[in-house]
Amino acid sequence: MRYHLDFGFIWKHFDRLGWGLVLSLELAAISILIGIAIGLSLALAYTGGGRAIRSAVAGYVEFIRNVPLLLLVYLIFYGVPSIEGFAYDATTSFVITLSVYAGATLVEVFRAGLAAVPRGLIDAGKAIGLTGWQRLIWVRLPTMFRIVLPSLSNAFVSLFKDTSLASVIAVPELTYGAQWINTNTFRIIEVWAVAAPMYLVTGYGLLFLLQRLERRFAVH
Amino acid sequence: MLFAIQSLPFLWHGLLVTLQVSALVVVFSLAGGILLGVGIVYGPRWLYWPIRIYSDFFRGIPLLVLIFFIYYALPLFGINLTSFVSVVVALSAFETAHIIEIVRGALQSIPRGQNEAAKTIGLRFSQRLVYVIAPQAVRRFLPPWINAVVDTVKGSALVSLVGIVDLMLAIQQVIGRTYIPMPLYVLGALMYFVINYSLSSASRRLEARFAYIRE
Amino acid sequence: MASSESVVRIRGVKKSFGANRVLDGVDLDVHKGEVVVVIGPSGSGKTTLLRCINLLETYDEGSIQVDGVEVGFRDGGGGVRKHRHDRELARIRADIGMVFQLFNLFPHLSARENVMLGLQKVRGRSATDAKKIAEQWLSRVGLGDKFDSLPGQLSGGQQQRVGIARAVAMDPKVLLLDEITSALDPELVGEVLTVVQELAKDGMTMIVVTHEMTFARDVSTRIVFMDGGQIQVQGTPREVLTATGHDRLKAFLARIEMKHH
Repeated sequence: MRYHLDFGFIWKHFDRLGWGLVLSLELAAISILIGIAIGLSLALAYTGGGRAIRSAVAGYVEFIRNVPLLLLVYLIFYGVPSIEGFAYDATTSFVITLSVYAGATLVEVFRAGLAAVPRGLIDAGKAIGLTGWQRLIWVRLPTMFRIVLPSLSNAFVSLFKDTSLASVIAVPELTYGAQWINTNTFRIIEVWAVAAPMYLVTGYGLLFLLQRLERRFAVH
Repeated sequence: MLFAIQSLPFLWHGLLVTLQVSALVVVFSLAGGILLGVGIVYGPRWLYWPIRIYSDFFRGIPLLVLIFFIYYALPLFGINLTSFVSVVVALSAFETAHIIEIVRGALQSIPRGQNEAAKTIGLRFSQRLVYVIAPQAVRRFLPPWINAVVDTVKGSALVSLVGIVDLMLAIQQVIGRTYIPMPLYVLGALMYFVINYSLSSASRRLEARFAYIRE
Repeated sequence: MASSESVVRIRGVKKSFGANRVLDGVDLDVHKGEVVVVIGPSGSGKTTLLRCINLLETYDEGSIQVDGVEVGFRDGGGGVRKHRHDRELARIRADIGMVFQLFNLFPHLSARENVMLGLQKVRGRSATDAKKIAEQWLSRVGLGDKFDSLPGQLSGGQQQRVGIARAVAMDPKVLLLDEITSALDPELVGEVLTVVQELAKDGMTMIVVTHEMTFARDVSTRIVFMDGGQIQVQGTPREVLTATGHDRLKAFLARIEMKHH
């Protein structure tokens, strides 16, 4: 191998990786919050709604989940502005894309979570005279959240890895930073040897922390 | 809109490349995943950690990072693969890790008593696997595996970023010539959708069928 | 072979799960045609001992021979014992039958196919022969109308009778019965115990772990009481069940009496 490992270049440009990682986490965090809002509303609509609503929700979910995320990224960043005649910056565009994607994934998580709330709890709520809305807010949703906590954790870590796609529209997250270093310093092996572990450690670290949180709150 | 229709043959070729890549990856990852999945569940103890580390590593990094690494770094190790081969290698390595987990889940969901009862009537390991374990594991394996196939097709879109003219890159190139992004993205989305939706409905139908057979 | 030679010969078996001594030096002989019932409190090691006989559990010290063959180990030369490989074990296990507390029927196979599997793949019978033998045994256990039923379509008692048919169709030298009625609803226990009684009458050598004291009293030729990983008392049903000298046995029997009333 006529290649000389030199990590010096990496440390020199490390803030592209470090701040990139921070941005990746921020993108994932914002997207999952918006995704939870979308997913939960749609799951509730689906559970309570008639055939028209259920078809609409199913249509949205099926479309987003069967199309590559990359295509969605392009579609929203390049495609939508060309129709509406406006432009937005890459980061906003990506957050919208990832939130829509997260929302579609989470609809099923929340739907299953709501269905998994034990009948006995709902009956108990009825028995003490709570209305439908009150049962939803005070009994079903809190219970559902504890049930879906593991799925939410996994979804968050998944989204964190998906933020790597933001690099294709030049959002300066971790993968973009690594690409930049790759192309500009030719320290190919070193940069990926640093970037990949950064994803690994952050991803599993998050899972570990979230699992500890789960143990305090989750219910089986 | 006329441009979109005229570009169909070009998109069609891209679609074929997408299907080619996906098919190869599905076959390699299925073989590798089953082998390593059975190995981690039934194999000797020293096999556990290597397979486990492989699985956790390739599921812990983004697919894009893996593709970039294999595409850019492998030549430096003296391994000169064509772009096509390197993306198939990257995607296969990635998917194999996921298949390992699916196989593992399917095998471990079978009660221990089944393997014990099979031992008790004198079946050897290979016989236990074929006549008792596999028939039960397959039912739990197929639905999540089809989801993995869908993920493979979606993941194949990333090969467009290293110059492979799959459906995704074909769309990009047509847009580059015609300047009408939206209709083409929608058309491309529809093409991916048709493939993947058929796969995922097959998965749902299978799940429903098997639920009936379950004890 | 004289009928006084042991079918099952257990010597000095010890086993620990971590710090827990589950089997603490067990010696036992079982002769052809005997029905040995093993009783004892939970944790006494009785199920573990049974599962050591066909090596579903390994053990740390001691020897278990079935029909003269050391089950778990072979002679590695120079007095060294080596664990048997899966293939050898499979052949030995074919001659030892086991019926489980949780039935463990193969859910994807019909009752008939459950019984046929061993006959075809291990005993090498043709499909037609295997079918005939399977149907004979299923009829003998009272399931002549259930050949094509899947386990999921059968009651607990019926499933357990298929389990018995599956084990005895292999023509084993000894039959191991691991609390086979503990998971059954009370009204289904009788049909299973009747089948076992029939097998005993026909001369099947059996080692039975059970809580069913009436069965133990009526069907067994010898009762073994285990506690703390060791055999404490053994003898004829009359001797053991009207135990005078042994405190722990008396206490155990008293508890069992109370439970069944």
